Amino acid sequence: MMRALLILLVIALFTLPMAAQTAGDYPSEIETQARDIGRKLRCVVCQNQSIEDSDAPLAADMRHMVRERLAAGQSEAQIMDFMQQSYGDFVLRNPPVQGNTALLWYGPPALLVILLLWFVLRRKPAS
Amino acid sequence: MNIKALLPLLIFVAFCAALAIGLTRDPAKLPSQLINQPFPEFEQSTLFDENQLIDESILKGQISVVNVFGSWCVSCIYEHPGLMEMQKLSGFQMVGINWRDKREAGQNWLAENGNPYDVVIFDPASVLAVDIGVVGAPETYVVDKTGQIRYKFSGALTPEVVVREILPLIATLQEET
Repeated sequence: MMRALLILLVIALFTLPMAAQTAGDYPSEIETQARDIGRKLRCVVCQNQSIEDSDAPLAADMRHMVRERLAAGQSEAQIMDFMQQSYGDFVLRNPPVQGNTALLWYGPPALLVILLLWFVLRRKPAS
Repeated sequence: MNIKALLPLLIFVAFCAALAIGLTRDPAKLPSQLINQPFPEFEQSTLFDENQLIDESILKGQISVVNVFGSWCVSCIYEHPGLMEMQKLSGFQMVGINWRDKREAGQNWLAENGNPYDVVIFDPASVLAVDIGVVGAPETYVVDKTGQIRYKFSGALTPEVVVREILPLIATLQEET
């Protein structure tokens, strides 16, 4: 019984989820690049998914736009710029390093350094 | 009593304060990138005539209230009577963006509920919608005479928003040349 369950579990783990979106009529290198870009763009409707993962109609349109722009010869940077112009930093899943994100990027390392320093300095008198 | 013993409590209070401030901010509300930016260039057909192409030049020379809607959009119904009332006022034009819709469904919806728009842009594939940063319908923009976006409201308009924010803004925009 356990064995059968285990086998089922293993099978389940190896079944990769089917790609949610239907592959378009674009060549495979554009498709690969588009998926890569799509994973870096946030779906503005559902917020915690990338446009590649989201089933929202707007995300579908955005995916389509990414492919169209790639096919028209635009670079990844140009597409990210375009999306950022419409939806702001919010659309980027990797927040840019700038003034209002400084705490986010430098806070944790700074905290680590402070704690290490504190730890080291505190130990000295004991020894 | 030493201060050190109070430190964890202080940190906890500061943490709670940070969380409390976080709670008051609505994560679903995205800041609009396009306030004080020119309305993006576009070329789309109108809802009622697929052969008639219009572009951003329709927004120049007069103040426009641009409203994103769709026949599928549930909350658009709620603001619709308000838009019909706004249509009766003068001093600005009403521009609709029929978003992610079927042409016929959009036309029928307006026939059924009344058409408050002077012109309706048909945008089935979100081309214009993504350009202006639409997240969900309904959304409403106020565009000044030079074609700059001056105001954005997400969600169904309420009489309060129209009377307190949009109409006064239009009045001040009238003064601008």
